[in-house]
Amino acid sequence: MLRVSMTINGKQATKEVEPRTLLVQFLREHLGLTGTHVGCDTSQCGACVVHVNGNSVKSCTLLAAQADGAEITTIEGLAQNGEMHPVQAAFREHHGLQCGFCTPGMVMSAVDLLKKNASPSETEIREWLEGNICRCTGYHNIVKAIQAAANEMRG
Amino acid sequence: MAETGIGASVRRKEDPRFLTGRGRYVDDINRPGQLHAYFLRSPVAHARLTSIDTSAAEQAPGVVAVFTGQDMAADNVGSLPCGWVVTDRHGEPHKAPPHYPLARDKVRYVGDHIAMVVAETRAQARDAVDLIDVDYEELPAIVDVRDAMTGSLVHDEAPSNLCFDWELGDQAAVNEAMGQAAHVVELDLVNNRLIPNAMEPRAAIGDYDPGTEAYTVYSTSQNPHLLRLILCAFVLNLPETKVRVIAPDVGGGFGSKIFAYAEETCCTWAAKKVGRPVKWTAGRDEAFVSDAHGRDHFTNVKLALDQEGKFLALKVDTTANLGAYLSSFSTCVPTYLYATLLAGQYATPAIYANVKGVFTTTAPVDAYRGAGRPEATYLIERIVEVAARKLGMDPAELRRKNFIQPDQFPYQTPVALTYDTGNYEPSLDLALQMIDYQGFAARRAESERRGKLRGIGFSAYIEACGIAPSAVVGALGAGVGLWESAQVRFNATGTVSVMTGAHSHGQGHETTFAQLVSEKLGIPYENVEVVHGDTGAIPMGMGTYGSRSLAVGGSAIVRACDKIVEKGRKIAAHLLEASVDDVEFKEGKFTVVGTDRSKTMAEVAFTAYVPHNYPEGVEPGLDETAFYDPLNFTYPAGVHIAEVEVDPDTGITTIMDWVAVDDFGRVLNPMIVEGQVHGGIAQGVGQALLENCVYDKESGQLITGSYMDYTMPRADDLPPFRVGMTTTECTHNPLGVKGCGEAGAIAAPPALINAITDAIGTEIDMPATPEKVWRVCQAQFVQAAE
Ligand code: FES
Ligand code: FES
Repeated sequence: MLRVSMTINGKQATKEVEPRTLLVQFLREHLGLTGTHVGCDTSQCGACVVHVNGNSVKSCTLLAAQADGAEITTIEGLAQNGEMHPVQAAFREHHGLQCGFCTPGMVMSAVDLLKKNASPSETEIREWLEGNICRCTGYHNIVKAIQAAANEMRG
Repeated sequence: MAETGIGASVRRKEDPRFLTGRGRYVDDINRPGQLHAYFLRSPVAHARLTSIDTSAAEQAPGVVAVFTGQDMAADNVGSLPCGWVVTDRHGEPHKAPPHYPLARDKVRYVGDHIAMVVAETRAQARDAVDLIDVDYEELPAIVDVRDAMTGSLVHDEAPSNLCFDWELGDQAAVNEAMGQAAHVVELDLVNNRLIPNAMEPRAAIGDYDPGTEAYTVYSTSQNPHLLRLILCAFVLNLPETKVRVIAPDVGGGFGSKIFAYAEETCCTWAAKKVGRPVKWTAGRDEAFVSDAHGRDHFTNVKLALDQEGKFLALKVDTTANLGAYLSSFSTCVPTYLYATLLAGQYATPAIYANVKGVFTTTAPVDAYRGAGRPEATYLIERIVEVAARKLGMDPAELRRKNFIQPDQFPYQTPVALTYDTGNYEPSLDLALQMIDYQGFAARRAESERRGKLRGIGFSAYIEACGIAPSAVVGALGAGVGLWESAQVRFNATGTVSVMTGAHSHGQGHETTFAQLVSEKLGIPYENVEVVHGDTGAIPMGMGTYGSRSLAVGGSAIVRACDKIVEKGRKIAAHLLEASVDDVEFKEGKFTVVGTDRSKTMAEVAFTAYVPHNYPEGVEPGLDETAFYDPLNFTYPAGVHIAEVEVDPDTGITTIMDWVAVDDFGRVLNPMIVEGQVHGGIAQGVGQALLENCVYDKESGQLITGSYMDYTMPRADDLPPFRVGMTTTECTHNPLGVKGCGEAGAIAAPPALINAITDAIGTEIDMPATPEKVWRVCQAQFVQAAE
């Protein structure tokens, strides 16, 4: 057993875990933060994307131990004071989600994109989302939502 | 139109929970004391099991139990049934070999279930599976439909691996027309095998309460009641009163979550054996090998035309891969959901189809988005395009010439269906206009100047949604009815709970059904809550597949609302001291005709629950249930046009434009409908361009068993889509709606392949991967040089 400790959505969490525990398992199984999903076993689908020290990371690709001491934001920590983040709001407004399973990863990924590129082109958005698979939407409305959020956030 | 009523693009009720990580999918649920299951799956395609030694696994850390097929046999666990009996052309029922949840003597595909380990953690169960020692006496694999009938026997019960040899239509009439026709065009087509890949992997929890002797099963199901029926009546022999199935938020289905699978069966059964809840969540690797796959047809098609290009006859010869076992609805997909659609949008007078369903050593094949209808549409729209090229006709005009005309509805096709309504030319015209068909030649020339090959491809599809009516499908072999239920319950303070048998796994029923009820009952949209996916909370229902939810489930809701209004009128009449006949209901108010005396729906509902001043002979309460059995299928139809550019140097196809014009009848929420169209097209593009399930011919191993090998459509593979609508309302359901869930997946593949073959000038099978296209282009290049 291994002792890991990190700050998740602003709260400190310390747990004893098996060394092989993945960050996504740590979040889902040890902390009950089930908003972060698991859609594959080859680090392809992006359902598990969270922010680690401010960057989007596939949490199925990282051991919990590797995130020891890190600042983590999950989908549960994105809304502030009950207000959805502009990306969350835009996904709703533009119907960027259907079954909702890919959505947390999509949103976390998109938030990171807009942090790094405040006005991405459609091509840049589509290329950024290469690592996030959605089976429901055909991406059309996801792209639209991210464009709208970018506009909104630029003000 | 109210802002939240029928026709409004209301933003979805379900979104806030999904967007903030508060969705509740099966894997998010944990039961106290829960154990975890992991399955030992066959590593070989075909083998007799000569021995299974589980002793080492039983001793492994954390392991509570290890079960094999023999343990289930000892408990008289039954076979997973196929719910549709197809009678073949010799009058024989299809061959139905048993499909036990855990294999008893033989394994028949890579991924077949051999044993189940139940342990304290998933990791421990998984580790212990490796300690099970199995002796396999290997038998030859057989994966290709074209080899199935001469290959090694998958089931002793099915000689030549033939499950059924089925036909539909008038063979003599077709042969005669073929003999006399001015033109007969012919094509061999592969409808490639697909793996559904809903993003949420399947999962199940079995929970048994020894006190009440009742089971609760959490399952990623599109139809919890159907799963309960199969578990109780066929496999585990339990009374339905003792089994509750809950399908909470489900992360996409596309057909693959209709069926009753081995895993949820095993978890349910094992929960009682071990006395603790048992949970299983598929890894993506397990999803690839064990979710029911889709399509996998080989077809020869012939179309006969007269001198002017009028269709005279269509002849179809298909071999359909059913996989190693018959999944729940596998037999009806390549028969009644396929050959009955072969008229498409055309007035072809004679049609004949022969379909052979065959067993192979591959995962079971069953309904996948569109189920039979994409296969039918693909061959029709491909052969029509090829005919246009052979005859030197404009493909749009050849289609127009053969469309069923508006005055021919209701139209009886030669393949059993009666289309109630439709009007195909307006969709074609709108699509042509949207894509600027006139300008195509110039665009093609412009591409050519850049060394690119541009092509345009059409697809005029028809779909049959909301499979029905029950009596007819029963006569054709269905083991179930295909009605839907709804319960509309006013609460005393005026809010409404709507219990529906339909199940939402992305479709947005919580929103659309609330829009419907809000408009029907004249109450605020916010006051309506839709309840689904729990056999403990809803009336028996049939679930969601085949784009049936609104046409069938929505119609049941309308009927239940009608009953509410009927009863409400009696209560209102009493309160208003008027005769019932003088009370009319409009926009949420019961009014005495010709007066301003009225009672609101909320007042009436309150009175129904606090019946101090109440009409004699009327029961208290305002809670009505309706079951709706449709009179016919519904027939959405439309035209998709794809425009592509192929780079002959790389073989890469770029989709330059896509227009979809669909007639879904009345539309409740255009935003949601467009989303369904987008998603469907993406899956169709996936099939045509990227996705392909490949088994190794020799070993029977699944080669495309992960996202590294199976190409899912990603954001940068797809273009934006342009969607248009035309409308003819369905004539036989109270909403005039048709269904929109599968249209894109049906329409897209032929549109895209027609566009690519138009660009490169050679026939090509799906998926049109860059390598395949590049080879064609290179061969042409070499040929031209010689
Ligand atoms: S679960 Fe992490 S990428 Fe798929
Ligand atoms: S919304 Fe279902 S996978 Fe993206």
